[in-house]
Amino acid sequence: MTPLLDVDGVTLQYKTRDQLVTATYRVGFRVEPGDRFVVLGPSGCGKSTLLKAVGGYLTPVEGTIRLKGERVTRPGPDRMMVFQEFDQLLPWKTVRENVAFPLLVSGTCARPAALERAREYLAKVNLGEYADRYPHTLSGGMKQRVAIARAMAMQPDVLLMDEPFAALDALTRRKMQDELLELWDGIGFTMIFVTHSIAEAIKVGSRILLLSPHPGQVKAELASVPRDGADPDAARRLEARIHEMLFADTVEADLARA
Amino acid sequence: MRAPEAQAAPARPERIVETVDASGLAVATAPLTPWETIANNDALRKLAILVVLAVIWELYARRLNNQLLVPTFSATVQAFVAGVLSGELPLRVWLSIKVLLIGYGAGVLIAAVLTALATTTRIGSDLLETLTAMFNPLPAIALLPLALIWFGLSPLSLAFVLIHSVLWPVALNTHSGFVSVSPTLRMVGKNYGLRGLRYVALILIPAAFPSILTGLKIGWAFAWRTLIAAELVFGVQSGSGGLGWYIVNNKNVLDIPNVFAALFTVILIGLAVENGIFRTIEARTIRRWGMATS
Repeated sequence: MTPLLDVDGVTLQYKTRDQLVTATYRVGFRVEPGDRFVVLGPSGCGKSTLLKAVGGYLTPVEGTIRLKGERVTRPGPDRMMVFQEFDQLLPWKTVRENVAFPLLVSGTCARPAALERAREYLAKVNLGEYADRYPHTLSGGMKQRVAIARAMAMQPDVLLMDEPFAALDALTRRKMQDELLELWDGIGFTMIFVTHSIAEAIKVGSRILLLSPHPGQVKAELASVPRDGADPDAARRLEARIHEMLFADTVEADLARA
Repeated sequence: MRAPEAQAAPARPERIVETVDASGLAVATAPLTPWETIANNDALRKLAILVVLAVIWELYARRLNNQLLVPTFSATVQAFVAGVLSGELPLRVWLSIKVLLIGYGAGVLIAAVLTALATTTRIGSDLLETLTAMFNPLPAIALLPLALIWFGLSPLSLAFVLIHSVLWPVALNTHSGFVSVSPTLRMVGKNYGLRGLRYVALILIPAAFPSILTGLKIGWAFAWRTLIAAELVFGVQSGSGGLGWYIVNNKNVLDIPNVFAALFTVILIGLAVENGIFRTIEARTIRRWGMATS
């Protein structure tokens, strides 16, 4: 059976002003329906670039990305993205219109149905009463919740989240992680979640893909700890294990330099 | 920074405080005095300045007592009212505005085409940057002699210089607005599957609207000045024209209050467009969206 998303031997390169940077080298993984698939790595491991390639913004120089067996060639609303930046909402539209807009322009629903679905998903992220406000009047955490509602209302095949909570304060971030898991319990979507925080990866993910830096290569694909909390030490042990895997590189690099 | 002789502060007991429910407390607000209410009104303050200026003008003109140099404020208002009532002034205004709107509209349209080219192709962008660098510093009125040779004494000549004065600021501002649309918003638009014209209309134009509006405002001011200046030259030759012609004509017969009344009209129209039209558009768009810079 074909997996929902099949990333196979993907090498990604992008040009800066004076050089060609290889962001990832022959990265491969598969995402199944219902996965909370976390891509974890230090800065410079090309995890965001990898997510943008899945989003269709970037074409691999080698390897293929297939969604439901179809090759990904361009961005599309079947892979809704949630970005890190707070300015991802369209400032000229109200919160409700922001959520309804992709449904309308992609021809998914007519206007009344789109507005109704927007209302429904805004209620799911507890922002029902802010539906008619403009984005600039919301806090950072609220803006990210709108962006999540907007992406989920499209009911995409896979939700792509590019460090969506990285710009939030620590308390808000924890609350958002809990809310995201509650939403997953309620709706059961598939997502790829990029982060550089080991704790966040363990908390949010069901599977964790570990990338090494410069260029990004797959180091490991781990199962996260069960969420029932039966073994309270499991998360701590996994965190230590991941930390050691990522840290080993730094030690080697330091030794090589010495 | 620590003073060298500083020691660690002595240990203090911890504090845990039960907060009381303070939600029922009234928020202290003092009602504004009538004077403060008046002083807080922008329009009233500006009106007060205008009244003071008018009084100074009136007093100075009365002391000078020379209608040929500076007519009094009251004489100017009289000439203005007489001009409006006789239908002469409204006719001149209409003739000016008609040409202005044609030139402004054409200028904005050409700017849209140029900017579209510049946004979609690199050579278009080079073309726009080169043309703007060349023609933006060139005063539109300097092209009037050429226009008169090419198009003769027709409104086409006026339209030509007007287009020149509108085109470059509008194109420049719109293009720089498009260029500075944030990469995140661009990716959001692409994510929705928007491409081509729909992408420009639904994402780029609203996102760049603050710059576009600035361009339109600057374009309007340039066009209005250029028109009056052009009419001063052009109107004399064509025999009948708009406000600029009215000014020259009245100067020639030494009816100075009418000259002042025409200048007064130019100012009034400028204020009406700036405060009436552009302010309203701003309040309904970029201010409501939180995109205004000031």
